[in-house]
Amino acid sequence: MSSLIECEDVWKIYRVGDVEVQALRGLSLTIEQGEFVAIMGSSGSGKSTLMNILGCLDQPTKGHYRLNGIEVGNLKPDHLAGIRNQQIGFVFQSFNLIPRTSALENAQLPLFYRGLSLKEQRAQAAAALGRVGLQGREHHYPTQLSGGQQQRVAIARALVTSPSLLLADEPTGNLDTQSSQEIMKILETLNRDEGITIILVTHEVDVAAYAAREIVIKDGQILSDRKTKARPMSSPVEV
Amino acid sequence: MSAFVWLTMLTALRVLARNRLRAGLTMLGIVIGVAAVIAMVSIGEGAKRAVQAQIATMGTNVIIIFPGVTSASGVRGSQGSAVTLTVSDALELKKRIPLLADTGWTRRDVMQIVYGNRNWNGPINGISPSYLAIRDWSFTSGGPFTQTDLDSAARVALIGQTTVENLFEPGEEPVGAVIRIKNVPFRVIGVLAPKGQSAQGSDQDDVIFIPFSTAERKVFGTSFIGSVGAMFGSTDQVEDLSMAAEQIREVLRARHRLQTEQNDDFTIRTQVDLGKVQEGTSETLTMMLFAIASVSLLVGGIGIMNILLVSVTERTREIGVRMAVGAKRHHIMMQFLIEAMTLSLVGGALGIVLGVAGAKLTTLIAGWPTIISGNVIVIAFLFSLVVGLFFGLYPANKAARLNPIEALRYE
Repeated sequence: MSSLIECEDVWKIYRVGDVEVQALRGLSLTIEQGEFVAIMGSSGSGKSTLMNILGCLDQPTKGHYRLNGIEVGNLKPDHLAGIRNQQIGFVFQSFNLIPRTSALENAQLPLFYRGLSLKEQRAQAAAALGRVGLQGREHHYPTQLSGGQQQRVAIARALVTSPSLLLADEPTGNLDTQSSQEIMKILETLNRDEGITIILVTHEVDVAAYAAREIVIKDGQILSDRKTKARPMSSPVEV
Repeated sequence: MSAFVWLTMLTALRVLARNRLRAGLTMLGIVIGVAAVIAMVSIGEGAKRAVQAQIATMGTNVIIIFPGVTSASGVRGSQGSAVTLTVSDALELKKRIPLLADTGWTRRDVMQIVYGNRNWNGPINGISPSYLAIRDWSFTSGGPFTQTDLDSAARVALIGQTTVENLFEPGEEPVGAVIRIKNVPFRVIGVLAPKGQSAQGSDQDDVIFIPFSTAERKVFGTSFIGSVGAMFGSTDQVEDLSMAAEQIREVLRARHRLQTEQNDDFTIRTQVDLGKVQEGTSETLTMMLFAIASVSLLVGGIGIMNILLVSVTERTREIGVRMAVGAKRHHIMMQFLIEAMTLSLVGGALGIVLGVAGAKLTTLIAGWPTIISGNVIVIAFLFSLVVGLFFGLYPANKAARLNPIEALRYE
């Protein structure tokens, strides 16, 4: 069986006016099913670009990216949208909930685009909210929830489709210490108990410490890649 | 898919409800456009119906035959100036053409009428017995001529409402009174029910009817006995009118011994012909209405496009999120199209309410007849739908083509 994520000599080159910016420079990376990986790096290191590519929001300029064995480099936007809908869950730093829309409806959103019946959408979204400890708050609006609770709604939204990959881009960046710990515990539990692959971008060391593998990016290349915890589910990593 | 459309509609309504003032102002163009069209079409239809009612006062399924024009050394007289139609023509037509239910004839002249110390100049019509029936005249008091009146050229008269008002004191009973027409005394035996204006605008109630025989022998002093000013025919069915008119033409041409290269020495008009003239007028009116409607709906549509562009910009992040969780381009497209159509449909519905109310108010205040047709409402509604669709396309497409990364990062 192939790995969940296979990046092979991935380049991302932007053109800003006459200047060429190389955000990723021949990066190669393999992540197995069930891993919990933290990606660290200073701003401008290319970690956001990498996340966008891993999340199928963007495509590499050169090189190969295979998700579950599927080459996503040449796919059309709608096809990418389908892959995001089926296989990837996103958690953002600024939560990105749809304003004036209840927690339940926010969590329903990916299922809505799957074309599920309203009844199924509601049942699955309510279950996902339950998994992040938000039972009874289904009909609260984002403004009625604390930051930590909003981020949990976002996690429920990411979980609701049972994705093979959960991408969390600085999920605790806008939260206080206690909420941050709660969120990280939820992610940790999801990885440990349900085997969901999680890729986490952060520049806080204590947040990164929840992950079992730490990858440091600098200047569009991998600076270091090490296993920080022994995990029964993750396979040995070779750099 | 249906869950998708339904939920998108709900979302659209919620977005609109949130920005009620903005949505209201945006819809205003559509509201006014649709309301104007419905109100004006209703008023136009009302006017058309009133004209049709006027035409109907001519009688039922009437054909009118006028004599031709005289022509001497190239100088042509007015219509009816030639003495080409006669009573025997009318009798022959009835005998030869089974389609004709009845025929009648008249001869008219304007003369002075005197009653007591009042006088009035009005048209005097010598009429055939069948004339009253063909033209659907009825009475408010008294009754029609008897056969004896006609046979004996009796000096009896039927008078119209306008004539009554000009000759008699209010409340005075004309039936039984003796009036003088060109110094010949006539006894009034009936007062005609009012018909109002004719389709040509003349007052049909300014009239005195006397038997044709009496007119010919005692009032007009006709040089050609039996010549008539106009002939009338009627058919049982509207559909038979043109066929009957064609047969009349053939019979008259034969009777008048016209060669194929000669023009008719008479003119035939059916009630349907008169209606067509009116239809032409209302077609022009309809075209103008269409132009006005197009302009106001265009302006309304541009308003919708404008506000949707604002909405797309405001909700860039939301679009980004939707794309990230798997919305395809057509999903985003549909969302904004449905929003645009919701705007235009609600606007259209409000416009219909306002237009109908406007039409009713016009009837109430100005007293104009209005007719609200279901067709116009349906068309206006569909039109506003199309406007929403058309002007929603550009903003919706713009939203659908956003780059998800940039949309997510949008502040």
